[in-house]
Order: sequence, then structure tokens, then C-alpha cells
Amino acid sequence: MTDLARIRNFSIIAHIDHGKSTLADRLIQFTGGLTDREMSDQVLDNMDIERERGITIKAQTVRLSYKAKDGQTYELNLMDTPGHVDFAYEVSRSLAACEGALLVVDAAQGVEAQTLANVYQSIEHDHEIVPVINKIDLPAAEPEKVRAEIEDIIGIDASEAVLASAKSGIGIEDILEAVVAKIPPPNGDRDAPLKAMLVDSWYDPYLGVVILVRVIDGVIRKGLNVKFMQGGTDHLVDRVGCFTPKRTDLPEIGPGEIGFITAQIKEVEQARVGDTITTVKGGATEALVGYKEVQPVVFCGMFPVDAADFEKLRESIAKLRLNDASFSFEMESSAALGFGFRCGFLGLLHLEIIQERLSREYDLDLITTAPSVVYRIQLGKSRNDDAREIMLHNPADYPDPSRIELIEEPWIKAVIYTPDEYLGSILKLCQDRRGIQTDLTYVGGRAQATYELPLNEVVFDFYDRLKSISRGYASFDYEQIGLREGDLVKMNILVNNEPVDALSMIVHRSVAEARGRHMCERLKDLIPRHLFKIPIQAAIGGKVVARETIAALRKDVTAKCYGGDISRKKKLLDKQKKGKARMREYGNVSIPQEAFIAALRMGDE
Amino acid sequence: MARALYIHWPFCLKKCPYCDFNSHVRDGVDTGRWQAALIADMRHEAALAGGEPLHSIFFGGGTPSLMPPSLVAALLAEAERLWGFAPDIEITLEANPSSVEAAKFASLALAGVNRVSLGLQALDDASLQFLGRLHDAAEGLAALEVAQRHFARVSFDLIYARPGQQADAWEAELRGALAYGTGHLSLYQLTIEPNTRFATDVRQGSFTPLDDDPAADLFTLTRQITAEAGIPAYEISNHARPGQESRHNRTYWRYQDYCGIGPGAHGRRGGSATLRHRKPENWIEAVERNGHGLREERSLPATEQASEALLMGLRLNEGVDLASFERRFGLSRLQMIDSRKRDLHQQLGLVWVDGARIGITAEGMPLLDALLADLVCENLVSA
Repeated sequence: MTDLARIRNFSIIAHIDHGKSTLADRLIQFTGGLTDREMSDQVLDNMDIERERGITIKAQTVRLSYKAKDGQTYELNLMDTPGHVDFAYEVSRSLAACEGALLVVDAAQGVEAQTLANVYQSIEHDHEIVPVINKIDLPAAEPEKVRAEIEDIIGIDASEAVLASAKSGIGIEDILEAVVAKIPPPNGDRDAPLKAMLVDSWYDPYLGVVILVRVIDGVIRKGLNVKFMQGGTDHLVDRVGCFTPKRTDLPEIGPGEIGFITAQIKEVEQARVGDTITTVKGGATEALVGYKEVQPVVFCGMFPVDAADFEKLRESIAKLRLNDASFSFEMESSAALGFGFRCGFLGLLHLEIIQERLSREYDLDLITTAPSVVYRIQLGKSRNDDAREIMLHNPADYPDPSRIELIEEPWIKAVIYTPDEYLGSILKLCQDRRGIQTDLTYVGGRAQATYELPLNEVVFDFYDRLKSISRGYASFDYEQIGLREGDLVKMNILVNNEPVDALSMIVHRSVAEARGRHMCERLKDLIPRHLFKIPIQAAIGGKVVARETIAALRKDVTAKCYGGDISRKKKLLDKQKKGKARMREYGNVSIPQEAFIAALRMGDE
Repeated sequence: MARALYIHWPFCLKKCPYCDFNSHVRDGVDTGRWQAALIADMRHEAALAGGEPLHSIFFGGGTPSLMPPSLVAALLAEAERLWGFAPDIEITLEANPSSVEAAKFASLALAGVNRVSLGLQALDDASLQFLGRLHDAAEGLAALEVAQRHFARVSFDLIYARPGQQADAWEAELRGALAYGTGHLSLYQLTIEPNTRFATDVRQGSFTPLDDDPAADLFTLTRQITAEAGIPAYEISNHARPGQESRHNRTYWRYQDYCGIGPGAHGRRGGSATLRHRKPENWIEAVERNGHGLREERSLPATEQASEALLMGLRLNEGVDLASFERRFGLSRLQMIDSRKRDLHQQLGLVWVDGARIGITAEGMPLLDALLADLVCENLVSA
């Protein structure tokens, strides 16, 4: 165990591409955590997806041992926090485990608007912020200008900002010195009852569930019987250690320290982020503040393209779930798509990550239905049923409309950062999506617009639209602000007069017609012409709000076919038949799976 | 036993931009060597599929009218020696309507050819130029006249549904063609085949093929006009006065056996599919080495034979007799035709059913490929 005065716990705040991962790698290298040979780029981002997207999904820590210029050896715990609004709660717990943060700003690009949100979040946790101006060796670097920007925009003293180039290894020692000098050591009482925060957890095939902890008071060691205060379960600690970044066993983790434990836990669900770990005997009586139960907010159906892959999908989802308790699933069957699962996610990125991991790590070809949110519906009394409240997360379960007394939908507060020039189009997008502006401020050449928006408008294609109208420059953060009443209706899509379950959706009445028309037009292009004409309709109850017709096929024939051509013609027939196998039939209409996928994607054209 | 023989002559003076047949441009073909090789290839087939007199022979290509008449005569003499000829044997040769080739028609007739199929393709110079033909309209019509003088039966090809072609222009052209009074016409809609110069042209935007909707209208118009003129369609693209149908090609469509010799020729004999080396040099070397030009001989499962029989047979107005297919392939009709789809398309007026016979209506013909994909049972199509 290390003396509290020689522990520093900190995170790194940086705009994407401003060099966070490179800096982390340098700090590890400088303090000798890994030899040069062991360094692979971006050591901390373990998963392929994390590396490719430059985002962190799971919190990770690295313990660095640094001999400072004062002759003392310090234990520095670098916390890599998840970096996306979908994981806002996880981020808040990671931040709560630290006392300070390095603010990394690109010497050529200056302060990016989105960085502000992260800095303020860090300041809210009373963190000491250590500014680092990175990439000072770039020709376009203007460190003095950036220094002034940090002071003006963020409002912190940047006179002692460290000048560095993580890529070239400049200023690394200065950064470590600043961490030691500026970031306060943690507080804690070794003799008090154990109180440790569960920062994050993940499943390791060899160790079972690995739990990242920050000890507040007391000591955690192997053989200890611990209680998870929120989860209400008891476990025997069988391993204690830290990452350097190599996994290293330790005899104990004391107050102020960050490390990991294992306790023969099989499912991450039992190790909830933010829980308080204490001892079974003589433990703490009060849990740490800030614990929340995470609830999925975005739902969609996931179906195997090949029905034969259903079992594989079930197994793969269950495996992913071992490592990610925040996503939920239950079996669903669709006439269009066969058997699959209705899955719940923390947000759209979370959805995409799971989808991508299923297709990549488990080699599954998936159809994902349009994401939807959870609605709260008050049902009136009926002859056979009492008045009651239901939570609806699948349009297929939409109740008899005559019984609905009230529908409420989740709303969010969205903060959008954008260069000025795109602001006009972005404001229009927000208005179109039923947004209510609550704030609009300007920061340098950038604007920050705050809107209240219905979440169902955001999950539809808001993010794609935002990115496309701002050429990728705008970004947004959001938090949920509760349920509000809405005039919401279920819209069915009928192909050749048969409703296609996978395409039905719950929409606000004011946008139903536009959405319906868009879907019908899309399908008109996506469904191949058949031997008869096909009506495509969008309907609310019995009322058709949009209609398109696919004309009948007129010509599909091989003009010339003699002896030698039989083989070729047969290959064509083979291909047609194989194509049909990938289609689903509705009222004699074969709809290619690609059409479902494209129609459900519904992004910008 | 095969009663039809196909002989492939792979050489052309120039490759046409729409053609994806096995044709090659070569200087100085050694006809003596080719004669020996074709005869050897023929003997190989006759040994395996002989025994009954032939009732049709077809010289295709390539451009078989480039063959010296003496070579044609020698091949026919050998075929007669090997199989024997039915008294009313049909011997067709595909010919280019050039003046040079027309000059050979008399000797070709003497050699035994009794039917020619002329590649006229269009009746105006601009279209012929677009189609990359070496003859102009006047030369083509002159060749037609010579052909009609020397051969009892004459057919010619036209390619229609050309880019931008209007219905009235095609109608005038077709009526002009009918005026020559041939007993048979092959009227093909222009199809852009992969790996042809036209495919490249279309990709590069040099021209846009006619859309399917107007093409479908032209197809219907063609069937109407030819029917009124007494030379109705009996297959998708082939029209004949009663009794003037191409007996050889109907062998393919009725899925009866045929021998195919020469480069790239396909054959069907006794439930097997035969294929010869495509490239002329490879074929001739194979013949000289092995005594035949076979590249592949594959026994077809009954299911595959049934699917071939259906996709060929349903091209004919007469349709197919499922009872005879049941006997021939040992499959029930429910195993060959998807009855639910059959009923649907019968309701739509695209398919007719008459006892054990099933066929495609006039409305269904331009949609045949889509119909086949519905009608032919899944289990017939190789996985």
C-alpha cells in the first residue's frame, strides 16, 4: 500500500484527435510500464472497435510508478474514461474516482467546443485541471494563442500549462511533474470500515468478472468477504491487483488507490457500476452517493439474415451480455424477419457497437430494425381489464388505441456544438424534430445550442442528419430529462395491402404523414417490380396517409436461347432462386432483405 | 440417340459489338486441318450417340458462310456416312448477307444445305452501322434475294428495340421485312451482354439501351404484326409460317438430345451435358491429341434435367407436357412446378394450364425469366 500523499489519480480530457491515446502511451513508456517492444499503439483501447473509432467503451486504468524530481516515488493512476454521452453515467463514476485531470489541447487547433463539456464535468467533480498544450512541434502550432484561449474560454489559469508533443516525446516528464505538483492526493482512512467504489467491470474468459475499484476508506485484500451494498450480494475476494498496464497481483489495495479485484463472479450484471463495496463483517453502513440503476433507453429488433443463424445469434448476444449488463434482450418474432431479439441499449452508439461486435466478432449477418424508445402508456378500463400503465418498447405491442388515455415519451436536453456557419441548418433540423430551444451561446467561431428534444426524433436519424449538414463538424451531447405527454400514433406500412410488422413505427401525429410518405417512396425504389402492380401504403389505424404504387414488371426475358445457352440460362435461374431465398414474402410480394435494411436505415438520401 | 447435329465454325471477319457468342477473328485458317479435326470430333460423337438417322444439322458460328463449300460438303458427307439422313433432313447454315458470301450460295446448296439463316439484323444503313455490321442495307437485301433463289427455306434475323427506336419506325421496318415473304424470321430484342463492346459503351455512357417498358411494347407489337401476317411467334423470338419452324432449334427447346461439335459447342446426350474447348487453338489441339474436343462431360441429375427442360420448353408457345416429364425424369409435377405460384400466375393471365400441359400466355412471354424464377421448384435448381 502506498502513502496517500504519494498517490495521484487523474484522467485525461482531450478532443478527439488531440492526442489523448498517444499521450497515455508516452506516459506508460516513460515510466517503464512497458518496454518499447511491448508497446502497441493505443495500449488502452483493447477492443478493435475502440481502436478504430478512437472511442473508449470500458473504463481502464494504468498504474504508473514515477520517481519524481523530489526524489520520491509516486503511484500515478491514470484513468481512461469512456468517451461518449451514451455512457455518461459510467463517465461520471470514473471521474468520481479521480482528483484531477490533464486537459490536452492541440497547439494548432485550440480549444474545441466539445472539450468544454468534458472540462466542466471534471470541474464539477472538484478536479484540479492541469492544462497541456500538445503538438507544439507542428509548423502551425501557436501555443501562446492557445494558452490565452484556455484562459478566456475555459476560465482556468493556463500560465503554467505544459508545452508538449506526445508524438515526439517532448515535455512528458514535465507533465508527470505537474501531475505530482498540482493534482491533490486523495483522502481516506485506512482504519475506517471498507468503502470502495465499483468503477467498472468486464468479463475476462480466464478470471471471470474483473472489477475496477477505487478504495475510499479501509483496505481490500484477498480472502476478504465483501458485500455489494446496492446489488445486495456477498462475494469472496480471490484476487487483488492493478494494471501497469500488465495485470499485476498485489497483496492489497488501500485508501486512495485504484485497482482491480476478482471474486468468482460470473456475470457483470452482479457488479454494477457505482456500487459500494464493503466488508460483510463490520462494514460501512452508508453507501457512496451517486449510484444509479442504468436503464436501456433505445430499443431495436435484431434478426439474423439467415434464419439458421438464430441459435448462433442467441449465443452471441448472451456472450456479449456477459460483459455488458447495460444492454438487455428478449426473444421476438416477426413475420417479416423471423425469430430474433428485441434489444435495449443506453443510446445509439451503444446500439451500433453491439451490432458491430455481433457482426464482426461473431460473424453474424444481421437486420436491425428502426430504433425506438420506451413510451409510457396509460390504459383506461375495459370490460376485461383494469386501468393500468404499460411501458411500450416495441411498436408491435401497441395496444388498442381506444383504450389509450395518455402516451408519454422520453425527452432529452441536447447540447449541440457547431461552427457558426452550420448553425442555421442545425436550428432548422431541431425545429423540424419538435425541438424547443432553451439556450444559444457563442464561443469563438463556434456556437452552442441547447434544445429540448423528444428522444424518438433523435433516434430516428438526427445524428446522421446533424453530421451531414455540418459536414461532420457538429457534435452533440444529451441527457434525459423525463417523460412528456405527446400526440403519438402507430403507423403501419402495408405492402400489397398486408401490414409489414417490421416497418411499423410510433410517430408524432404532426410528422406521421411526412414520415409515411418518405417510407413509401423509399420502398417504391427498394422493392423490385413484380409481375403485378403493388400498392404501398402508410396508414394510421384505417386511414391511409401516404401511398405509392410499384408498376408491374413489363419485360424480363432472355431474347436468345439455344443449345449452348442452357447452362447460362440455368445459372441465371440459380441466381434468381438464391435471391429469392433472401426475400420475405408479404401478400405475394417478395421483399428483399436489403430493402428492409435500407428502409429501416432511413438515413439522409 | 441424338438426331440433331450442331457444327460450330468459330471464325468471323470482325467481331460484332453486341455478340457474345464464341467467335474469333483469325488470319489464314488451315481448312484442311480444320476439316480433319471436325470430322474426328464428329466421329467421336457418332460413336456415342449414333444409330438413328439425323433429321437436322445446323452450321452455327462465328460465321459458317466463310467456310469453303467443299468443307461443308465433306462434313455433310461424313455425317451422312456416320448417322444416315432422314429423308426430310433440315440442313441450316448461318450466313452473312455480303456479296462475297452470296456468291457461294449456289455451291452451298449443291453441297446439301437446304436452309439458310441470314444475319440481316436491320434494314437501314444507320442501324447496320450502329450494330457494327460489314454490309449495308442494299447488299443485305441483294444477298437475301440470292438466298431465296438457291434455298428452299430462308430465315433472317433482325435486332430490334435498339436505342431510341420508336414503335412506328420498328413497325415500318418489320412490315418491310415481312414483304420478302420468308417462311421464318428471328426477331431479337437487343440485349447488352457482359464482356461485349456494347457493354463497355453503355458503361461509358456512349448510348443508353431502350427502357424495359417501351421494349415490352415493341415485343407485343411484334407479336401482333407477325401473327396478322401469318408468321406468328412459336418461341420468344422466333416466328414461322406453320410447318416452317426451325426443326433443329426446336430440338433444343423440346429438350431432346443433340450432338455439338467444334469449339465451344454444347451437347446433350443420354442425360449428360457435353462441352468442348472454347478457344479454337485449344479445341483443335485437343482433337489432335485426344481424338475429340471435349472439355467437359457431366452427367446431369434428373432434377437438373427437369429444370433445363422447363426453362427451354416454356419458351415455346406449345408449352410443355408435364406428364411426359414425369415419366422422363421420375419426378412428380408438384416437384417440378410450384403449384401456388402457378395458380397465382394463372389468375394473372400469365400462365395457361391445359390438362398435363402448362405454358406461358402471350402476356407472360416477355416476363418469362421472372415467371421461371417463380414456377420452377426450388429443389430442381442446383444448390
